[in-house]
Amino acid sequence: MSEVFDLIVGHPFFAGMTHDQIKIVAETGELVSYHEGQTIFSEGTDAVGPLLILSGDVALELQTPGHGPQVILTLHSGDFLGWSWLYPPYRWTYDAHVHSNAEAIRFDGPRLKEASEVDPALGYELMKRFTEMLVNRMQSIRIQLLDVYSTPR
Amino acid sequence: MSTQLLAEPAVRPMHPVPCRVRSVARELDDTFTLDIEPPGDGWEFAPGQFTMLYAFGVGEVPISISGDPNDPSRLVQTIRAVGAVTDALTTVSPGDTIGVRGPYGSAWPTGVAEGGDLLIITGGIGLAPLRPAILEVLENRDRYDNVTLLYGARSPGELLFADELQEWRGRFDLDVLITVDHGDKVWRGPVGVVTSLISRASFDPESAVAFVCGPEIMMRFTIQDLERKGITDDRLYVSMERNMKCGIGLCGHCQMGRYFVCKDGPILSCAEMSGTFWTREV
Repeated sequence: MSEVFDLIVGHPFFAGMTHDQIKIVAETGELVSYHEGQTIFSEGTDAVGPLLILSGDVALELQTPGHGPQVILTLHSGDFLGWSWLYPPYRWTYDAHVHSNAEAIRFDGPRLKEASEVDPALGYELMKRFTEMLVNRMQSIRIQLLDVYSTPR
Repeated sequence: MSTQLLAEPAVRPMHPVPCRVRSVARELDDTFTLDIEPPGDGWEFAPGQFTMLYAFGVGEVPISISGDPNDPSRLVQTIRAVGAVTDALTTVSPGDTIGVRGPYGSAWPTGVAEGGDLLIITGGIGLAPLRPAILEVLENRDRYDNVTLLYGARSPGELLFADELQEWRGRFDLDVLITVDHGDKVWRGPVGVVTSLISRASFDPESAVAFVCGPEIMMRFTIQDLERKGITDDRLYVSMERNMKCGIGLCGHCQMGRYFVCKDGPILSCAEMSGTFWTREV
């Protein structure tokens, strides 16, 4: 089994998937490293696939005129980064900026989708997991939008 | 009842005791900590309890005690200015007199958490009512396994007790994770809601106890996430807030289902509330 397989087989995201399914996913992955300050991807560039952060901190930023980069969320070890690869126009909608040296697994989005077309059961398992991640992120954003700590008057 | 009522009934429970303000410390733009000289030898209280503070000529409000329960010679209370009474209380000067009734209410059950992991999750001014519990736990640190504090604030400039948080982060026997909803130009820490920190905390869900305090929406989502992680509702404790007037269970303003927040709370377990927390009419 590959090093990527060994790294992801115990990850909670893949809990409940078969070893064969995880092996297919692992085959699309490669280990990558980023140093502090590096930009993993920029808003508007091609969204090639998700990244699983193994260590380090990554900030999702939006550049705003007059204010520079504004952090909207930080991700950490164990978090998946990116879902824009799932849907057209397959372009990232924010910058991903490394706040502390990071190790990650970069997955090949087109190969994951091709494998899911060939094996719909695998596709369903992956979609269940990515949509749950989306729902959780949406929930967090809703709480941020509510500004619950602001002064009530 | 899993939490203990500690206030002795007073002879004239609606009469505030005049107390001198020793000092006023500004914590944030709208948040101040009063150090109040209690009458006599001191004023014992349990973590989680509150007093009714009276700004003479203006009115009275319930305020959680934020001081050290190991030092009853000081009555320390942290107040956020959100209306006429709290505005008045936060503009007092050292030497001024305010009225105090209490302490009232139930306490954080630090004894229930002994022997296992303790998770303390809070946001915004919610850190103030939990500060006494944190100090009590640290005073008796060897009675607990992992102790973790998860704290969320609106922005880096609105971190309450920032110096103390920094000091706690430096301890080897306390895990402190902090996040803000909105970062700024210099903030390099996590950005996101406090619930996003739960997956990074180290605890055994089979036995861990959690204390949660903050805006009710934050507490609702926190409880959902903790229950998803396996912490059962008999081990989840929250500090409830409702509009309190008498503070001693007579007027009914703070009634929440079958409980009075002033008398049966403010600290209640989710098991005790059994669904009341999710009933929007309450």
